[in-house]
Amino acid sequence: MLGPEFEKKIDAIVAKYPQPKAALLPVLWEVQKAQGHIDFASEQWVAKRLDVAPSHVHGCVTFYTMYKQKPSGTYHIQVCTTLSCMLRGSDELMKHLEAKLRIRPGQTTPDGRFSLARVECLGSCGTAPMFQLNDDFQEDLTLEKVDRLLESLP
Amino acid sequence: MERILTRNVGKEGSRTLAVYEAGGGYQALRKALSSMTPDAVTEEVKKSGLRGRGGAGFPTGLKWSFMPKEVDPKRPHYFLINADESEPGTFKDRLLMEEDPHLVLEGSLLGGYAIRASVVYIYIRGEFVRGAEILERAIAEAYAKGYAGRNILGSGWSCEVVVHRGAGAYICGEETALMSSLEGNRGYPRLKPPFPAASGVWGCPTTINNVETVANAPFILERGADWYLTVGKAPKNTGPKLYCLSGHVKRPGVYEAPMGLPLHELIYELGGGMLRDDRALKAVIPGGSSVPVLRADECEVDLDFDSLAAKGTMLGSAGLMVMDESVCMVAAMARIAHFYHHESCGQCTPCREGCGWLERVLARIEDGRGVPQDLDLLLSVSNNIIGNTICALGDAAAMPAISFVTKFRDEFQYHIDHKSCPTGTLAGRA
Ligand SMILES: Cc1cc2nc3c(=O)[nH]c(=O)nc-3n(C[C@H](O)[C@H](O)[C@H](O)COP(=O)(O)O)c2cc1C
Ligand code: SF4
Ligand code: FES
Repeated sequence: MLGPEFEKKIDAIVAKYPQPKAALLPVLWEVQKAQGHIDFASEQWVAKRLDVAPSHVHGCVTFYTMYKQKPSGTYHIQVCTTLSCMLRGSDELMKHLEAKLRIRPGQTTPDGRFSLARVECLGSCGTAPMFQLNDDFQEDLTLEKVDRLLESLP
Repeated sequence: MERILTRNVGKEGSRTLAVYEAGGGYQALRKALSSMTPDAVTEEVKKSGLRGRGGAGFPTGLKWSFMPKEVDPKRPHYFLINADESEPGTFKDRLLMEEDPHLVLEGSLLGGYAIRASVVYIYIRGEFVRGAEILERAIAEAYAKGYAGRNILGSGWSCEVVVHRGAGAYICGEETALMSSLEGNRGYPRLKPPFPAASGVWGCPTTINNVETVANAPFILERGADWYLTVGKAPKNTGPKLYCLSGHVKRPGVYEAPMGLPLHELIYELGGGMLRDDRALKAVIPGGSSVPVLRADECEVDLDFDSLAAKGTMLGSAGLMVMDESVCMVAAMARIAHFYHHESCGQCTPCREGCGWLERVLARIEDGRGVPQDLDLLLSVSNNIIGNTICALGDAAAMPAISFVTKFRDEFQYHIDHKSCPTGTLAGRA
C-alpha cells in the first residue's frame, strides 16, 4: 500500500511484540503519520497485515480519540477545557479561537488551514490555559500570545 | 530540602546519559545486578515502605512479591510502566520523562529485574509526542551502553525496553484497560481476579507500576531502605513525593517534598499563595479530579496517603486543584462530570448511564433549570454507581459528585431556588 520502506517499518514494529495484533496501535500511528488520517482502505490493509478482522481495526480507530478518520487542518488546535484549565480561563481561550478562526470545535476552516477541537486534560495543568498545536504543547497562554503565535505560523 | 526525584530537573543536558551517569546514574542498577538477587531487590523495596504513586497507594515491594519466583519459558514475565498520565490535575510523570528519562529507565529496569521480566513496556499517552521521543533517545543510549537488551552488564539477565504509545483514552491508565490496549484492543477494563501477577498481558505474569513509583527505586537500592525511611513519615507514608499544583495559585507547577507536606505550605509557600490576594481559598481537590473535594476549613492537612484518608479523601495522583471564592461549585462539578461521561468506556450500565445522568443534571442546575429533587437524584445516581462496576472509573465520577453536593449543598440549592449563581459568574475566572 505505502511502499516497501513502509512495509519494512511495519515489520520492525511487529517484531517488538509477542503477537502481531499488539502492533495495532503503533501501526495505526504510522499510517496516520504517512497519510494524515486513517481511511477505510488503510484499515483493510492493517487488518490483513496483523491478521485481525477489519471490524476490529475500525473499532479501535473509533475508540481512540487521536486517530483521525478524516483529514484535519494543517494546524490542528486542541484546547484543553478540563477543570484546571477552566480555572485559568480556557473557556475564554476557546471563545477567542472560535471568533478568530470563525469555526466551532470539530470544524476546519474552509481553506483547510486550521481545525479546532475541545479535548480533556492533557497533563499540562500547571501551565494552564494551554492547547496542543499539532504535536506540541503551547502553554501559559494569554489571548495576546495566541494571536502572536497564530500570526507567526508559516 | 534535598531534591531527590527532581535533582536533575533544569540541569543542562539532563536528558543525556552522560549527565545522568555523572550524577551517579545507573549505579543502583550495577549494584543490584552484580550483588543482589531479584528477591533481595524486592525485599529492599518492601522494607522502604514505597507505595504506588499512580493513585491507589499499593505497597510496591508487596506487589512485586506476588510474581512467580520461577519463569516458565512459555509464560515470560512483563513489566508495564504506566505513563498514561491522564488524571485531571496531574502532570508529574511528564516532567520526569521529559527532564530525566534515564531515571525512569533505571527504575523500570530495576523493577524488571526484581520481577524477572523479559520485556518492559512503557505505555505513554498518545499526546506526549515529545516525551515518547525523549524516552526513545534515552533507550537507544542505554542499549548502546549495555544497560538494556541482551545480557545486561554481563549479569546474564536480558530485558528489552519498548515504548508503546496510547492514542487518546483516559481509561487506558486503568491497569487492566492498559493491558487490553497493549494487546491491540479497545481499552476495556477487565474484572479482577485474575490479578495481573497471575494472568496479565497475553495471559502472562505481569506487574504494572506508575512512572513516579519506579523513579524511586534507584534511590532505594543505592542508598538503602533505611535511608528511605527517614524521608517522609515512616512507616507507611515514606519517601519523596511530587505534588502537582494547579488552579488559583500564583506559582502552579510540580513541587517535590518529603511525603506529608502540609497543604498550607504547598499553597502559601511553594505555590506563592492565592492567585489573587483579594480572593480567599474556597476548596481544594487534593488527588486529581477522582477524589472527594476539601472545603477551605478542611485544609489543615498533611499531604500523604493516611492523613488524607483520615479526612475522607485521597492522595490519589497528588494533583492538587486549588479554587478560590469566585468559583461556582456547580460549574466545577459539572466540568468534572463531563470528563467522566466522555471517558467512560461504556461496558457497565451504572457507569455509562450514571455518568451521563450526572453530567445532564449538573448542567441543568448550572443553567438555572434545576428542580428541587435534583440534589437527591445526584446522590442516588452516585450511590448506584459505587461498587457496581468493573473498574474504578465509575467510583471516580461518583465520589467527587457526592462530596461536592454534600459539602456545598447550600450553593447547589441556591441555583435551584434562585435560578442563578451566588458567585455571580458561571465559573471561576483567573
Ligand atoms: C480510571 C483510572 C485511571 C487511571 N489512570 C492512571 C494513570 O493515568 N496513571 C497511573 O499511573 N495510574 C492510573 N491508574 C491507576 C492504575 O490502575 C494502577 O493502580 C497503577 O498504575 C499502579 O501503579 P502503582 O502501584 O505504581 O501506583 C488509574 C486508575 C483508574 C481506575
Ligand atoms: S466502570 Fe466505566 S470505565 Fe470502568 S469498565 Fe465500567 S463502563 Fe468502563
Ligand atoms: S486540566 Fe488542562 S491540561 Fe490538565
